[in-house]
Amino acid sequence: MEISLKATASNQPPANSSREGVLAEPLAALLTRMKISRLNFFYSKKQALFDVNLEIAANRVTALIGPSGCGKSTLLRTMNRMYETLRNVRLEGEILLDNENLLALDVVQLRRRVGMVFQRPNPFPKSIFENVAFGLRINGYKGSLADSVEHSLKRAALWEEVKDQLHKSAYALSGGQQQRLCIARALAVDPEILLLDEPCSALDPVTTAKIEELMIELKKNYTIVIVTHNMQQAARVSDFTAFMLNGVCVEFNPTALLFTTPSDPRTESYITGRFG
Amino acid sequence: MSATTATVQRAGPAWAPRVFLRRLANGDAVAHLITLIFAAAVILITASLFYILWRDSALPRAAFGWNFLFTQTWDPVFEKFGALPFIYGTLMTSFLALLMAVPLGLGAAIFLAELAPARISDGLTFVIELLAAVPSVLYGLLGVFVVVPFVRTVVGPALENSFGVIPFFKGPGYGVSFLTAGLVLSIMIVPFIISVSREILMAVPVDQREAALSLGATRWESTWRVVVPYARSGIFGSIFLALARALGETMAVTMVIGNVPAISASILAPGYSIAAVIANEFTEATGDLYLQALVELGLVLFLLTFILNGMARLLILATTQKGTAHE
Ligand SMILES: Nc1ncnc2c1ncn2[C@@H]1O[C@H](COP(=O)(O)OP(=O)(O)O)[C@@H](O)[C@H]1O
Ligand SMILES: [Mg+2]
Repeated sequence: MEISLKATASNQPPANSSREGVLAEPLAALLTRMKISRLNFFYSKKQALFDVNLEIAANRVTALIGPSGCGKSTLLRTMNRMYETLRNVRLEGEILLDNENLLALDVVQLRRRVGMVFQRPNPFPKSIFENVAFGLRINGYKGSLADSVEHSLKRAALWEEVKDQLHKSAYALSGGQQQRLCIARALAVDPEILLLDEPCSALDPVTTAKIEELMIELKKNYTIVIVTHNMQQAARVSDFTAFMLNGVCVEFNPTALLFTTPSDPRTESYITGRFG
Repeated sequence: MSATTATVQRAGPAWAPRVFLRRLANGDAVAHLITLIFAAAVILITASLFYILWRDSALPRAAFGWNFLFTQTWDPVFEKFGALPFIYGTLMTSFLALLMAVPLGLGAAIFLAELAPARISDGLTFVIELLAAVPSVLYGLLGVFVVVPFVRTVVGPALENSFGVIPFFKGPGYGVSFLTAGLVLSIMIVPFIISVSREILMAVPVDQREAALSLGATRWESTWRVVVPYARSGIFGSIFLALARALGETMAVTMVIGNVPAISASILAPGYSIAAVIANEFTEATGDLYLQALVELGLVLFLLTFILNGMARLLILATTQKGTAHE
């Protein structure tokens, strides 16, 4: 599986140059896959995002953290335009995907390039095999379904556990297995970017650790954006972190910096546990 | 009933008001008991219905045995009774009704639940639910004044001219026929199929749709390949409820089927149905054998509904298992 790095190097000024003692890779040194500028989002009259700017670096994990209701999911769902299923919503601002206007792309094509994994595992009531093959089938995949399914299940670190029961119902799997199945299902259509919305919130610590490992493995081939409620998780898996509060992106920095020397006092109070 | 006494016995030693109140507040035991009583009542009513139908059809059962089901003569004068024409009429009209109503109803339900803008969907659904509540005699009138002439002058001749060589569509048609009854029945059950299937489709979890869309499915692919299969067993359920209604429909059918106890290959020929003949002849039935033959027809209809329902359940079970296991 190859990923074409079509994006040109970002010409942004370095995001908060590294402070003493912290080894943090500056954003400017990396390819930018997605660039969000002055993004405002409204649910009918209620504004949920305020002037958000964000850059998603290729082959890195970007985490969105912040208290419940601060707009993390809303922001994530602008990246594959999943908000379009809702009525009376409005978006202002610009999102670029590999320097193309994401908002003008064909939405079906876009969602093939930007996959998504949801908070609760949501497999289809079909066999394990058919779950992974679903995206391939609808996209008229020409190659071997079986090979591709196997490959995706391996990538999602699930193959060993299910290889002898591919034709069993996906509902027979445990919660953690179901979530990895959903990851495999998303990987099967070979997206460039993978969006994960609190993928571990319904899982136990052991399974969570598995999925965290998986993400670190996956970033070799994919660009990952993960919403998490859990700061330790963000610190463990991500390279960049955006801290959000009431619809505003308060701070966006390399994870190592954000958690050691936050540049905004609100970030500091959040990560030291004073609110949220 | 034994469960009731068991509960009382267990509660017996501690039969202090306070304990009783605490158990009431707990609620579970009470709720359990009440549901048990209702469930038992349903079974009791069904069983006694069967018992009465069975008891009061002893004479023809003794006289004709299984032949009752397989002979075609219905002759009150010579007291020869065979149920086959009515069974055939009931099954044929219901089959024709489903043939027309299911694609139409399902298509409309999918449109309303998935594709139509909310305002249109809500408005249409309101009208459709009104239609589902219209008494069947009014559909019978609609049948007499609209569908019968329509079949006589338009549908019948058209079918006969194009496919007349096939016995199925052989004329001449008088307007009253299996096809007419099927049409009227389908008009009756379509609103029902639409409103129930729409509810079922709308109850499919959002996360299923989102999963499909996030994989690059179009709206239609998400509907047809995820939402509809997810709702499959519920949709089957709505179709079989509609079938039960069609099987038992009396008024609307008797007004348009022609009321002739005959089996014809052609769907343009007149016929009769079980429910219609019971309603029409019960008051004028002279002699015990005649009367009891009508009761036995009732028994046949009862069993027919029972069997079709059982088959429906098996079908749902089979398809859902197929859906979850293989597909
Ligand atoms: N479908 C919706 N309709 C109206 N308001 C919504 C909807 N979804 C989210 N919101 C509101 O937008 C804000 C941000 O929500 P969300 O992005 O889900 O937050 P988070 O994922 O950070 O918990 C919240 O105040 C929430 O109530
Ligand atoms: Mg959320």
